[in-house]
Amino acid sequence: MAGLLDQPGYDEESLRRVSEQLPCRELQAGMLLSLMGQPQQYCYPSLFIYGHRSSGKSHVVNVLMKELELPHTTVSCVECISAALLFEQVLLSFFGCDAAAQLPRSPSISDFVRIYRQQSSQFPAKQTRFIVMEKAELLRDADANLLPALLRLQELVDDNVSVVLLSEIVWDKFRPNTGCFEPLLLHFPDYSKGELQQILSKDCHPSYSAEFYSSYINILLGVFYTVCRDLRELRHLAALNFSKFCEPVAAGKAKETETHKLWKNIEPHLKKAMQTVYLREVSSLQWEQMEEHEAGALRGLSAHTHVELPYYSKFLLIAAYLASYNPARTDKRFFLKHHGKIKKTNFLKKNEKTSNHLLGPKPFPLDRLLAIFYSVVDSRVAPTASIFSQISSLVTLQLLTLVSHDDQLDTPKYKCAVSLDFISAISRTVNFDIVKYLYDFL
Amino acid sequence: MRFKLCLDLWNKIKSETEALQDELNRNILDSLLEFTRKCSSSRHHSQWASKMRASEIPTAALVLGVNVPDHDMTFQSLFDLLRLSVTPHVVSLQAKECGALKQLMKRVLERVMDTVVAVDDEEEEEETRPSGAQLHKSIHCSLAALCDWYISKTKKSSFSSPGKKRSSSVVEEQDSHPPVVIIFKDLEAFNSRVLQDFILICSRYIHRLPLVFIFGVATSPSTIQHMLPSSVSSLLCIELFQSLSCTQHLTTVIDKLILTSKFPFKLNGKVMQVLVSVFLYHDFSVRNFIKGLQLALLEHFHSQPLSFLCCRKKEAQLNAEQLGPGDLERIRQLPSFQRYLKEQEEQNKLMTDDALLKGVCKKLLKDLHKYHKNYYPVLRCLHTLTSSLPRYPLGKQIRELHLICLERNVWESEDYQSAMKLLRMLAKDELMLLLQKCADVLQPVNSKKMQAAFVQLEELLTKFKQLDAAGEMAPSVEEKFTSPVKSLQKKTDLFQLQKTLLEMNESRRSKRMSPFELLRNEAVEFVDSLVKDHLPPPESRPLYEVCYYSSSATVRRHLNATPRNSIQAALSRPQSYIQNDSLKTEDGTVSNAAPDICIAYKLHLECGRLINLYDWLEAYSTVVSAAEGNDPDSDGFGKVDEVKHARFIRAVSELEFLGFIKATKKKTDHVARLTWGGC
Repeated sequence: MAGLLDQPGYDEESLRRVSEQLPCRELQAGMLLSLMGQPQQYCYPSLFIYGHRSSGKSHVVNVLMKELELPHTTVSCVECISAALLFEQVLLSFFGCDAAAQLPRSPSISDFVRIYRQQSSQFPAKQTRFIVMEKAELLRDADANLLPALLRLQELVDDNVSVVLLSEIVWDKFRPNTGCFEPLLLHFPDYSKGELQQILSKDCHPSYSAEFYSSYINILLGVFYTVCRDLRELRHLAALNFSKFCEPVAAGKAKETETHKLWKNIEPHLKKAMQTVYLREVSSLQWEQMEEHEAGALRGLSAHTHVELPYYSKFLLIAAYLASYNPARTDKRFFLKHHGKIKKTNFLKKNEKTSNHLLGPKPFPLDRLLAIFYSVVDSRVAPTASIFSQISSLVTLQLLTLVSHDDQLDTPKYKCAVSLDFISAISRTVNFDIVKYLYDFL
Repeated sequence: MRFKLCLDLWNKIKSETEALQDELNRNILDSLLEFTRKCSSSRHHSQWASKMRASEIPTAALVLGVNVPDHDMTFQSLFDLLRLSVTPHVVSLQAKECGALKQLMKRVLERVMDTVVAVDDEEEEEETRPSGAQLHKSIHCSLAALCDWYISKTKKSSFSSPGKKRSSSVVEEQDSHPPVVIIFKDLEAFNSRVLQDFILICSRYIHRLPLVFIFGVATSPSTIQHMLPSSVSSLLCIELFQSLSCTQHLTTVIDKLILTSKFPFKLNGKVMQVLVSVFLYHDFSVRNFIKGLQLALLEHFHSQPLSFLCCRKKEAQLNAEQLGPGDLERIRQLPSFQRYLKEQEEQNKLMTDDALLKGVCKKLLKDLHKYHKNYYPVLRCLHTLTSSLPRYPLGKQIRELHLICLERNVWESEDYQSAMKLLRMLAKDELMLLLQKCADVLQPVNSKKMQAAFVQLEELLTKFKQLDAAGEMAPSVEEKFTSPVKSLQKKTDLFQLQKTLLEMNESRRSKRMSPFELLRNEAVEFVDSLVKDHLPPPESRPLYEVCYYSSSATVRRHLNATPRNSIQAALSRPQSYIQNDSLKTEDGTVSNAAPDICIAYKLHLECGRLINLYDWLEAYSTVVSAAEGNDPDSDGFGKVDEVKHARFIRAVSELEFLGFIKATKKKTDHVARLTWGGC
């Protein structure tokens, strides 16, 4: 196995340790290693590694860097709110805080290059320095010159430095319009089921045998593999449910080898877990507690959908819903007493054949909302300040959304952001038959 | 004097509500504290399972309901409690100060580090913030910096107390690594993008930095799922905490503040109605309800000169002693007192003799206090009896019953009759349960009448129990039971006794009642008599104006502002607004000497949807020239000069600013009207 990771210039022992830590990724690691070359050799200026979430990108790179003791720095692009932070981290880890302190406030890329050159002339690189950028897709939102500059940093600073970009998106989505230096692309494919099994079996519980744990993983994968292939998620689930799996063994009812019996025991439990824990309806802590005292049905997050609202807020929301899903022309039909007999067919335009509920909510102006509101509420309501403040509080609660720009004070437009189920629950509490007023259900 | 009283009373009310608030929140806050403690401790257990999910950030989702104004108080007490008992590192964030990730980060860093660096010279920090913060930021504005700081901090503290360390228990161990708690006050208002990024960053440091999040959720917990994609929410370990619903909250507040004889200040039915409807219809905010109560209190003491009698019984007696002639005159003017006078024989004497009046006042005040003392227990009794009846004839909540009782004689209402009828049909065990509850309500009250009522109730209950024991022997026992009935009834007045006797005879004639039925009727009659004795509306009592605040219009105007109505009123009736009687006209028209904007407004009311500016100007200048007293027949009349033009333009632009008209592109030289209806 170690043969795959054969690269001159590195310590045999550490190479062996690397390959141990990287199951099922030997091919990629070997490829990466050969691209990196020997430590003192110049490396290709920029590498781009992509693959789905938890396909081992950062893990492989980090293990390589750590075990082979290469000078490197790992930066997560989420964390770098500004480019300054990125430069600071890089300089800090390569040259110490003196260099980082030289950065001016809000530095540009040229400041960074200048200081880097200055420093690297004092401390020239004996080995290739690596800058590992995680979640590189966020670099696209940064300054336009940042990504191209990073790609050819080696050239700019004239030093043995290489940038490794890790991303979940393919390179084609990165390429700036103006063209840039093309990095070397390396793809990490998803783990197969067998590979997942192999990896998951590795973090075995110390007090049980490896075979026992791997049979457990086998069962777990059988249940969850169809819905989830995320290694991290699977690992989480495995950890959560293992104690349940062990129960019969610990109680002495079954032996570790009686797989079938164990399977019978765990399967319904796993099914239940799939509905709750996997969706994070129930936190893992609560799940564990539930296992302890078998509390029965634990209500998940989405079970609490009931929202209490003040009386007029309910009607405002109903009015907003009607305004969002009914065409404005039909208001007359619904809210005027003597609207005459207008049939639905007379209204229909060609493009309105499709249900408004399929098209989603439409924006409506404030006037229309209030007009509908006044005709929907059964009692007379004074247009008080609190009615208006309720509208804005509905917006902060994200039950309505403001469509027009915040600065526009004149005729603001809103959209209703609640579902039909929600609004019919609300209207039931105020004895309002909303279906009668909806154009789609006419 | 009145001011002092008012202040005293308000302070009492305030402290009472605060205690109440604490009481109500205690449950949830305790569980939250427990949660944070558990989180910080579980981190140290190096168990296999907890190692596997170490990257999850423990999160508490606190569902508080939509009454956002009340949340501040809850969070403040949560914040204080956390800081006191769990960890010094607590940050509380509001959405409006964290528009972008950078600001969010800055706030977190500033607050965590500031509080520890200098708690006592915080003000100084505030002043030097502009420069200091910049410096801070330029050096480090990342979580890594926070992490370093945290590690050095915890290290320092563990070094500084080596003695403690040696005798270390698990608790000590925890204390040296207090969690960093970040409270997101209003989760819904946060930008979801920012929040996601922040959580991602935090999860990278969770191994080194024990973070705990608390989300304040106003709507429903599923918003968390709406806001965060699964890749982010999988980093959180969310536990749900549900707080008390605000209607329950209000019920307890009303129960403790209003339905008690502790506070002499009372609201009358209409004001109460306004406050409750503001709560139910508009904001669900208990804080605003209490503000409304405060307003009513202030207004009462401000507008009612006799309100200095509105205090505790003894003080009221003292104050009554010091009544001046003016105050006495005022008392004589009170409508309730005049009603009282008519029933008295010594009417004339009371009108003239001040000393006598004083004595009567004292007596009346005493009566009023007694009335309150009896009113609330009986109200509670009636509520316990009726609140479980089908269809709730007298309301589900005690406040509804209270409102009915405040307005008129409750026993005259149809609902009351039907409730009594229903009571007469209750099964034995139910009735006994209810009566027992009533007895429990009455027992702690220390007033003679209530004690007497309590004793009677107990008697009734024992009789019910005897009935149980007697069981089968019913026919023979019956006679025995009827006699105590009669003796009991003597306490109520003659008319009622007659009536019940009649009823009894009638029923006996039609059908021999079982002893239980008799006893049941007796119990209901007893309750009825209690209600009639003690629940007449306060308006019927003399001197009720001293304690009851009744101006519902004022409260409504202050709490439920109607900006548009007041603008229109100001424009159409400027005389009342600027208090200048010369502008008054008879038939609702605006006098031509009114302010320009009023004239322009009045004229625009006469137009259709589109208004021709030139016509408007002409009409305006005609009106204004008439006001200047120009001769209508002269040449210059109605001519538009520059000054008038300018004044007109100003008036029009002011109207546009107020939102009555707007520029339109449909026709040149026209503006569109934005309001409906003519003059």
